[in-house]
Amino acid sequence: MDSQPTYLPRAQLQTLIDGLLTAGYQVLGPMLEQDVIQYRPLDSTSQLPRGVHDHQAPGSYRTTTTDSTRQFAWANGPQALKPLLFAPTEPLWRVERDADGALRFITAVPEAAPTAVIGVRACDLAALRLQDRHFLEGEHPDPYYRARRDNLLLVAVDCSHPADTCFCASTGDGPDCDDSADIVLTELADGFLLWSYSARGRAITEPLALAKASADQVQNGKASIAAAAATQPRRLPAADLPTTLFANQAHPHWDDVAKRCLACGNCTLVCPSCFCHRSEETPALGGASSEHSRVWDSCFTSGHAHLHSTHLRETSRDQYRQWLTHKFGGWVEQYGRSGCTGCGRCISWCPVGIDVTAELAALCAEAAGGNA
Amino acid sequence: MTMANPYLPLDARIVERIQESPTLFTLRLELTDPAAKAAYAFEPGQFNMLYLHGVGEVAISIVSDPLEEHLIDHTIRQVGRVTGGLAALQAGDHLGLRGPFGRGWPVQQAQGRDLVIVTGGLGCAPVVSAIEYVLRRCGEFGRVNIVQGVKHADDFIWRERYDRWAECPDTKVLIAADVGSPLWPGHVGLVTELFDQLNFDPANATVMMCGPEGMMRAAARDLLAMGMPPQDMWLSMERNMQCAAGHCGHCQFGPKFVCKDGPVFSYDQIADLLQVKGL
Repeated sequence: MDSQPTYLPRAQLQTLIDGLLTAGYQVLGPMLEQDVIQYRPLDSTSQLPRGVHDHQAPGSYRTTTTDSTRQFAWANGPQALKPLLFAPTEPLWRVERDADGALRFITAVPEAAPTAVIGVRACDLAALRLQDRHFLEGEHPDPYYRARRDNLLLVAVDCSHPADTCFCASTGDGPDCDDSADIVLTELADGFLLWSYSARGRAITEPLALAKASADQVQNGKASIAAAAATQPRRLPAADLPTTLFANQAHPHWDDVAKRCLACGNCTLVCPSCFCHRSEETPALGGASSEHSRVWDSCFTSGHAHLHSTHLRETSRDQYRQWLTHKFGGWVEQYGRSGCTGCGRCISWCPVGIDVTAELAALCAEAAGGNA
Repeated sequence: MTMANPYLPLDARIVERIQESPTLFTLRLELTDPAAKAAYAFEPGQFNMLYLHGVGEVAISIVSDPLEEHLIDHTIRQVGRVTGGLAALQAGDHLGLRGPFGRGWPVQQAQGRDLVIVTGGLGCAPVVSAIEYVLRRCGEFGRVNIVQGVKHADDFIWRERYDRWAECPDTKVLIAADVGSPLWPGHVGLVTELFDQLNFDPANATVMMCGPEGMMRAAARDLLAMGMPPQDMWLSMERNMQCAAGHCGHCQFGPKFVCKDGPVFSYDQIADLLQVKGL
């Protein structure tokens, strides 16, 4: 962040939300709902999770509320931006059969409403760029994802309170947000440093007529980010992960993980970069029409690698190996970088607390000739 | 064919239905929209997604010659939910079609070279359009070897097609069945046991193979030993395909998306992956 930020006093945060609403955006922001942080429609700063902290550990996510006035003193909730763009269930098209049997296919590409999300994290911004690459930058851009993506405005907030499960500093994706967000905030004790990186962002922030931040305020912001990075206890092994993983597909450690893994698919559902989905067909009872949808899928289901009458990846060993090898290995060949942005969700939301950083370390150490 | 929405099928009509064997049938399709029909073009080895109304889609390779006038042929084995329903359709019925998808056989760069085409079981279907393409362009290629293996002699279809191919100049057709029958004219045993009869110069040849992975592994091993460079051997891979656009993730084979990076790969691209079980 090189440009000089402005300063948004906490008492004026509402004016930012009002500006977005006035400009026609639906505003989503973090809210404490069902005891977790979730992005939900809001119109008032009073709905933000003031004083809420999350405590994450392998297999555990808990929140506590203190009397702190901070509204972004948490790491993340179970879902990133993924469901807002790549919908968990989405009709792709409808088909109608005419009297002569001819089929008429009718697209279901949505009319997406302009949507602004406040409180986006650096890990999730990085994952959004990965999903952009997957859905939009190949030979067949996805028009459903495109419609929502074009209408999305992002107000990111640097992460000052990473959870113990976070390792974005190690993947190089956080805790501070880059200029791929429209607006970036750093939360300080009484307000926010504010950067506007896009024309759409400036259209919202310029009418607020904010003063430049002081050198002390900028320094405090930098210090909070450095401290946040330093508190992250987890990191990825320094090894060349694609080479190590693909060279160790027969490694005995896969059997060790398989003894613990329930193949429930939670990790893939909370992962902000996982993109697998299956198609579903819902014919009308009369038979003249039918709806074709896509639904999130997981490589931990046996149907994922179904071929004819067999399952190519039948065991949880094969399924976990597929997931980990793809995330940290396959992604690099497919999209030029690892599919992991260090959000740590797969660690917290794994019901048996499997920790990808520990599994990778074990595979790398043993691959290097160490003892298990 | 450019597609604004890669997921949206086009209406297609069945012009002819041919029963090839008790479980194999061919659907000859025509796109009903004249503009789409005129614009449709494919390469040997590519595939389409066929949609059965109210049931779903399935990936099927195209077996017709790319220069054939506007009829798109698919030979289908009746094995599952969608193919079982497709089997019941008759000429005049409609289905949905989107495609073509994927990278096909390297027929351009194979010009002037000897060809070794090794197939197993219904594995033949994805290479049929390549064989037809090559044999209709006699003289543009070197010596052509077609080696077909089946489990049981009764699984062998398209006998008249193989007979026709065998009559082409510089073309050798070799067939093998693991289990023979009284009138079986070919070898009883593995396809690889026929390799000493091949007419080809490994330094100037292209191999195309498709079929069960075990067969392709064994064939690649033996052809490598005969001096074939790995980058000149091409394999058509098969995985679960649902979107065909590289998005749904089901067809991943290691870091490859079979639907868009394949289905045809050179052996050097996937040799390591082929040795791993459960990918």
